[in-house]
Amino acid sequence: MRRFATRSSLPFRFTAFLLVTGLVAVGCQGGGGGGNKADNKPGQPAGTPIKIGHIAAMTGGTANFGQSCDKGARIAMQEINAKGGVLGRQLELLTEDDRSLAPEARTTAIKLIEQGAVALIGEVASSSSIAAAPEAQKAQVPMVSPASTNPEVTQKGDYIFRICYLDPFQGESMAKFGYNDLGKHSAAIFTDVKAAYSVGLAQFFKETFTKLGGTITAEEAYSQGDIEFKAQLTKIKGTNPEILFVPGYYNEVGLIARQARELGMTAVILGGDGWDSPDLLEIGGSAIDGAYFANHYASDDPNPVIQDFIAKYKAAHGEVPDAMAVLGYDVFRIVADAIGRAGSTEGPKIREALATTRDFPGVSGTITIDPERNASKDLVVIKIENGTLHLAGRVKP
Amino acid sequence: MTEFLQQLINGVAWGSIYALIALGYTMVYGVLRLINFAHGDVYMVGAMTGFYMTRWLGWGKDPDPLHFVLVLLASMITCGLLGFIIERAAYRPLRKRSKLTALITAIGVSLLLENGGQLIFGADPKFFPTLIENKPIFASGGLIITNIQVIIIVVALVLMVALQWFVFRTSTGRAMRAVAFSHDASRLMGIDIDKVISVTFVVGSMLAAAAGILVGLSNPKIEPLMGLLPGLKAFVAAVLGGIGNIPGAVLGALILGISETMVSGYLSSTYRDAIAFVLLVVILLFKPAGLLGKAVPEKV
Repeated sequence: MRRFATRSSLPFRFTAFLLVTGLVAVGCQGGGGGGNKADNKPGQPAGTPIKIGHIAAMTGGTANFGQSCDKGARIAMQEINAKGGVLGRQLELLTEDDRSLAPEARTTAIKLIEQGAVALIGEVASSSSIAAAPEAQKAQVPMVSPASTNPEVTQKGDYIFRICYLDPFQGESMAKFGYNDLGKHSAAIFTDVKAAYSVGLAQFFKETFTKLGGTITAEEAYSQGDIEFKAQLTKIKGTNPEILFVPGYYNEVGLIARQARELGMTAVILGGDGWDSPDLLEIGGSAIDGAYFANHYASDDPNPVIQDFIAKYKAAHGEVPDAMAVLGYDVFRIVADAIGRAGSTEGPKIREALATTRDFPGVSGTITIDPERNASKDLVVIKIENGTLHLAGRVKP
Repeated sequence: MTEFLQQLINGVAWGSIYALIALGYTMVYGVLRLINFAHGDVYMVGAMTGFYMTRWLGWGKDPDPLHFVLVLLASMITCGLLGFIIERAAYRPLRKRSKLTALITAIGVSLLLENGGQLIFGADPKFFPTLIENKPIFASGGLIITNIQVIIIVVALVLMVALQWFVFRTSTGRAMRAVAFSHDASRLMGIDIDKVISVTFVVGSMLAAAAGILVGLSNPKIEPLMGLLPGLKAFVAAVLGGIGNIPGAVLGALILGISETMVSGYLSSTYRDAIAFVLLVVILLFKPAGLLGKAVPEKV
């Protein structure tokens, strides 16, 4: 009996030693974490960077948007980090590609939240934002879209924000611009039926245009990814509109403009902020000359805030920023500002701070978040002339 | 009436693009009884080759028909080589296995090219350079025909005739038909089956490359997944016309192109793709061998 006990004592002692040291280690960790509990989510102790997720279309049909937005956000991140960061911690932007697909945007949101993002930036395309929003809402992680203009986006929950104007305003402004400023009284609408953004914009354009007294001669549809539009354009051409309103994304718009001109259509082409990309000018070529679209900023605006950012962006990337880069820069700064004012990285507190954003001096305009978590801002109308963009008008909300 | 005629022109031009892809499909099927699902992706590689070649050589700023011909040839050679490699590496080792094994492998090769394409070329769409300027060559009473539309139709018809001649008038073509009839009997007659099948794949892939370049000219947006739907549609066209039948592939493609255009023009573009497949089902119900195909009793 005794012998047995002696023999077993060594392993027993060893186990006990392990147990005790383990408990002490756990206890220390618990104590250390406890001290900072108010400031940190579990797993994000002080000293480590605060993670901000970016649901971005880095590849696929709207890749230009995600890439530009990311470049803009990273410039903002470097600036803020150079000044000491937020809450004494550095900021880190985690970018995940959703390949321009709405279902993928949802998985991307889950992935970023699991990686410890305290707030999400994204998406640009409304369909993707609508898909990702429920995940952010469920996890109580605030999500701020830089450029999703469909009304439904922020209706997904009280953690979902945006820093851009909405489609009703955008559609209304373009209808008024076409009817009043250009003096054209008939229009055909060519919608991307796969994009919530495009369908919404078309509807608001139609409402305002008919209310003003204009006539809609044709309403045709295409789907994202199509390359052949001649059948619908031939039909539209038969109705002889003065305006061709194409509220789609740049890739298809460029091809549509080309094919419309190939068919001998002379109507003025109008569109929304989904046009803003250098690719539009490349694909559209001379066919897109003379077209107008709604945007968030104009690069030839003399405003020093805008010109300063353009200089910074040019120094970093050697090109003039498009609107998505500007919005990416603004959205990152707004999220950082909210984390700073919240004094915490907890979702509910950041949410509160975001909701009370007032008169934030953004490059894309002064941003105030309204009770519906939307921003009301000026809209600029851009004219495409000889492959360059020019400020053609400004509409106040 | 003008609108109808314009839609007809649009439809014929669009159908010719399907025809270019369908020709390669139907030829490979005719010889091997293998539906080469990777064919649509070879078409994508053809367009990508054209894109990168013009970019590396700095062409495309000024339209030049000579550049177009050179790009077309280079792309056809590249894809011919690719077709050779695909056959050698993926299909030949499985030739003695069941048809199903080869079919699944074809789907595998297709997925490899699509996803490999996204990895190498990137998933974002690219703008195919303007090698030939798109100009109307006929315009009257609102009716417009552009030079590119004419080029595509002419090329599709020329390739159809050339292929028909190749298969029915040359000794290699005769060997192909013999192989199509019976592998064993052809081997006994001293035909090098491996060589004949390689030639079939090379020619089929070259046709796909030509289609890729011509689509790049008329609808200049190319991406790694561009072959997916046109590949399926061209397959439908080939079956419609009677798979294995060369003029049948062109006929099927034209019918498909015209009906898609008419559906988009007079009904709604959302039904367009559905129509293509409804057509397939209906034709196969009434004419299982396709429009120009001959019903052949299954060999035992």
